[in-house]
Amino acid sequence: MDLSYSIITLLLPLFMFLLLGLFGMKMPKKVAGILGTCAMLVTTVIAYGVALKYFFDPQYMVDGVRQGQMVFNETWLTLGHGLKVDMGIFIDPIAAMMLIVISTISMMVHLYSLGYMHGEKGFQRYYAFLALFTFSMLGLVVATNIFQMFIFFEMVGVSSYLLIGFYYEKNSAVSASKKAFIVTRFADLGFLIGIMLLAYYCGTFDFKTLMSNPGSIVNSAAGVTFLGCSAASWALALIFVGGAGKSAMFPLHIWLPDAMEGPTPVSALIHAATMVVAGVYLVARMFPMYLFTPEVLDLITVTGAVTALYAAVVACAQTDIKRVLAFSTISQIAFMFTALGVARPELHEGVGYMASMFHLFTHAMFKGLLFLCAGAIIHMVHSNEMDAMGNLRKYMPITHITFLIACLAIAGIPPFAGFFSKDEILVAVYQQSTFWGVWMSAVAGLTAFYMFRLYYRIFWWNKPDYSHHTPHDCEWVMTVPLVILALISCVAGFIPFGHFVTWNGGNYDIHIMWEVAAPSIAIAVVGIVVATVLYRKENSLPDRIASSMKGLHRAAYRRFYIDEIYMFVTHKIIFGIICRGISWFDHNIVDGFMNLLARVTNGAAYSIRKLQSGQIQMYVWVYYIGALLLALVTCLLLI
Amino acid sequence: MDYSQFMIMHHELGLLVVFLLVFLFDTFFSKNLQSKLSVTACVLFGIYTLACFFLPLKSGEAFSGMYATSPIVMSIKNILNVGMFIVLLQSVKWNNSAAQIVRRGEFIELMLLTLFGMFLMVSARHFLVFIIGLETASLPLAALVAFDKKEYESHEAAVKYIFTAVFSSAIYMLGLSFVYAMSGSLYFGDIATRVVGAEGSFLLYVALAFVIAGIGFKISMVPFHLWTADVYQGAPTSVTSYLSVVSKGAGAFAALIILTQVFGSVYSQVWEWMLFILIVLTITVGNLFAIRQNNLKRFLAFSSISQAGYIMLGVVADASVGAAALSYYVLVYIFSNLAAFGVIQAVENATGKVEISDYNGLYKTNPKLSFTMMLAMFSLGGIPPFAGFFSKFFIFSAALEQGSVAMYVLVFIALLNTIVSLYYYLLVVKAMFITPNDNPIERIKSHWSERAGMVVCVAGIILVGLVSVIYTFLNHAADASQMF
Repeated sequence: MDLSYSIITLLLPLFMFLLLGLFGMKMPKKVAGILGTCAMLVTTVIAYGVALKYFFDPQYMVDGVRQGQMVFNETWLTLGHGLKVDMGIFIDPIAAMMLIVISTISMMVHLYSLGYMHGEKGFQRYYAFLALFTFSMLGLVVATNIFQMFIFFEMVGVSSYLLIGFYYEKNSAVSASKKAFIVTRFADLGFLIGIMLLAYYCGTFDFKTLMSNPGSIVNSAAGVTFLGCSAASWALALIFVGGAGKSAMFPLHIWLPDAMEGPTPVSALIHAATMVVAGVYLVARMFPMYLFTPEVLDLITVTGAVTALYAAVVACAQTDIKRVLAFSTISQIAFMFTALGVARPELHEGVGYMASMFHLFTHAMFKGLLFLCAGAIIHMVHSNEMDAMGNLRKYMPITHITFLIACLAIAGIPPFAGFFSKDEILVAVYQQSTFWGVWMSAVAGLTAFYMFRLYYRIFWWNKPDYSHHTPHDCEWVMTVPLVILALISCVAGFIPFGHFVTWNGGNYDIHIMWEVAAPSIAIAVVGIVVATVLYRKENSLPDRIASSMKGLHRAAYRRFYIDEIYMFVTHKIIFGIICRGISWFDHNIVDGFMNLLARVTNGAAYSIRKLQSGQIQMYVWVYYIGALLLALVTCLLLI
Repeated sequence: MDYSQFMIMHHELGLLVVFLLVFLFDTFFSKNLQSKLSVTACVLFGIYTLACFFLPLKSGEAFSGMYATSPIVMSIKNILNVGMFIVLLQSVKWNNSAAQIVRRGEFIELMLLTLFGMFLMVSARHFLVFIIGLETASLPLAALVAFDKKEYESHEAAVKYIFTAVFSSAIYMLGLSFVYAMSGSLYFGDIATRVVGAEGSFLLYVALAFVIAGIGFKISMVPFHLWTADVYQGAPTSVTSYLSVVSKGAGAFAALIILTQVFGSVYSQVWEWMLFILIVLTITVGNLFAIRQNNLKRFLAFSSISQAGYIMLGVVADASVGAAALSYYVLVYIFSNLAAFGVIQAVENATGKVEISDYNGLYKTNPKLSFTMMLAMFSLGGIPPFAGFFSKFFIFSAALEQGSVAMYVLVFIALLNTIVSLYYYLLVVKAMFITPNDNPIERIKSHWSERAGMVVCVAGIILVGLVSVIYTFLNHAADASQMF
């Protein structure tokens, strides 16, 4: 299959969006759903074809190094001064890998939703939005330049806004979608400034040009400094901020847990596997440039490490199963960022980069699986809270086994996928710094603990009253995706990832370094054992532990009050003090003054007072004084 | 006198022809045909707009250089025509209402005359011509603002408008007389060469400040904006939408020409600082006041104040790129703002409601209107991939290309303000889609003309950004214009 077929993977979802969006309401629900799923199947097949062709055809290798291929590139806009914006398709190892990840998860979610969303109002609209999201996400990963990427980055944000707010009749869903939108927009502002700085100093948006000689480009911008860092560092750091917003890094993570208000398959697609890793992808895409700004890479490492620990601790105290998964996602993405932050070509051929991408791949599979399982469970018990669950292994055996496989994978138990990728990340981190190595190992232990806490609380623990409605495994359209993803989670670890995705396209053999792997397995086992002891059967031990660390537990449960801080700053300070102040000024001083003026000068003339003629005098007075002040201030400024 | 030079004024002449045809129709046609007047005017104006766009029109100078036109000037006139056309289209229903019957012709004729004045403003290369244009554009507007004869607020608005307009003209003339005192000429080109050497004289600063204040009134920049909210609220919605887009666009372009042509070569430093201060004030104050508004027309008044700040970024930007970015911004702004006003007008005509809280739950009953409003808000807020994002992007990058540190600061402040504006634009979206309401506005059957206007605007919002040819075209036009 020729690489140029990749254009179909973009056009088909776009076409489906238009078709279902415009005419969906005229079709029966079933037809719309099946049509959307079939189109997605075709997209998936083509995406696989393109990716496999790229990975296995030797014509794309030069001296053992895989070359990025510019499949299409059309000038879309000329901005003057030689700066132009293109639209096109660029396939390189990470883009090809992302094609596989996105199409796989999107396919599974399309199929699964046929069952999960059955009978929902706006079923057709849902499939239209899914198609729009798939289109935007695929457009993002194949972008040939950073501006195209930004546009699709925003479109991904818009479609995620629409999908989170799908239950627009539910207030929490709507405020969550708004929060997600505004927080990520705020981060995107950083991204946009970064792009402008980069374009200004480098004169191009094009990835290929930027990457062909990143050193000289970064150095050319080194002369301009601001607060002690060069313009290039600022640009790259700001671009990272954009990525951190989409990828929910601390402290911009607050939108992700709330985004769980959307339908669960959407959480699987957007908030586990694809959109949230857009930030990681962005940094990976620009990685050769980041290599020349080690201070930004250090920033990425620290942000990643702090977020990983923070999210893992918070996940231990949540009781809503989707929120546990949300924080677990934040923590795992932080692992990927940390790995990118410590990657250096001189250290083991940049193993961190490969490890990060590897983890992105395996994480998408097992976290997608976890969310789909959670969806199946919520579908059955009609609640997100752990208390409504328990002992489900008897009722939902397939969900139970697949969920267990995913838990083992994320906890890092061999031979499941997560073990291999996480091990590579730890190897990379230990090579850079033992401190962060120990730190990340501890987080890995916590991961095993909270995942198995979740597992035992759902599938063991006590037996609530299911008498009114006995749970059972869902219909085949919902279980087939679970089984497929579980199989992938079992075998994905054995993919020789170093042969496909490395920072420079070269080849690299993965070795398991047992001096790192053995302790991390041991830590994971300890985490699982502790969880088993605490949560296998219903007992009061967890509550006692929680109450003995009351402050910590409550803080973790309340997510360390980060949301409250945001609310305080935005509502109390910005809206409350500043806006209220101005409005007070408007109402009392301005209006009051005018009313006074009107009363004094025109007190007798009742009809004229109604016209508020005093106000016009005021207007004119402000106008005149304003003009004079303008002259004066400028004069003072320039002399 | 060589009368053939009138042919250079093709846009103005065409407009006069439309005006005369409408006038004849209004005066001589029978009562039964009068109800077709608004539609006829729309059709005539539409034909004229298309003709201006597609005919190969020449650019050049006339009347010994008092009047000039060039590709970019023609482009901005075409853009204003588009805005005028949509406003006329949207006003058809209102104009056919019972209260309007006796003066529906006047409404259209006065509108066309103000547009004529605006064309003179952007084409003037001599301050006398400019003043004539400015007054032709201002005075009929006061009559238009007072058009709802029976509405008390409409009168109040008109009184406020005319007083402030007259005062601002006086200030403006005073500024001009200072300029004349320093240069001895009113030709743009002459002044540019003759005022050299007045650096540091306070008279110059005052003159410049007064000139800027005069134009600042037209585009409602802070602190010359105080009339805006009252007038927008009181005037008939068609007039408000006209004031907020067409009048503002013309004013901004005129400011660009005067500042760069007359004072650009020598005193760019001075007026750039003045605009710096005004832009920061305009964007910020407009935004902060917009947050607290509940009347949608007042809300859009403050939003349009802050948008004026963004438009003026095109003036401080690098000359030709700035002109292109400014025209593009005006075009996009026309579509976005008129979409919003279209919805307001449809709702107001049907129910008389204009508060944001009245719109609670509008989505349930009027999904299409809500969707149009949402697109308008997204575009005004600058969310990609809608046109508003691209217009902001171009105007920011045009400002950045100028390259000074002050510009970076200015663009940064403007960027921060876009976030604030996003908040209040989303408030409207929230009201329509989210806030529960037991008895939302009932289903509205909007008039075909209102729907047509909205379709044009929505198409503009979605397509103008994606069809990159438009910006490229404006860019070429700006490059090709020696003296834009």
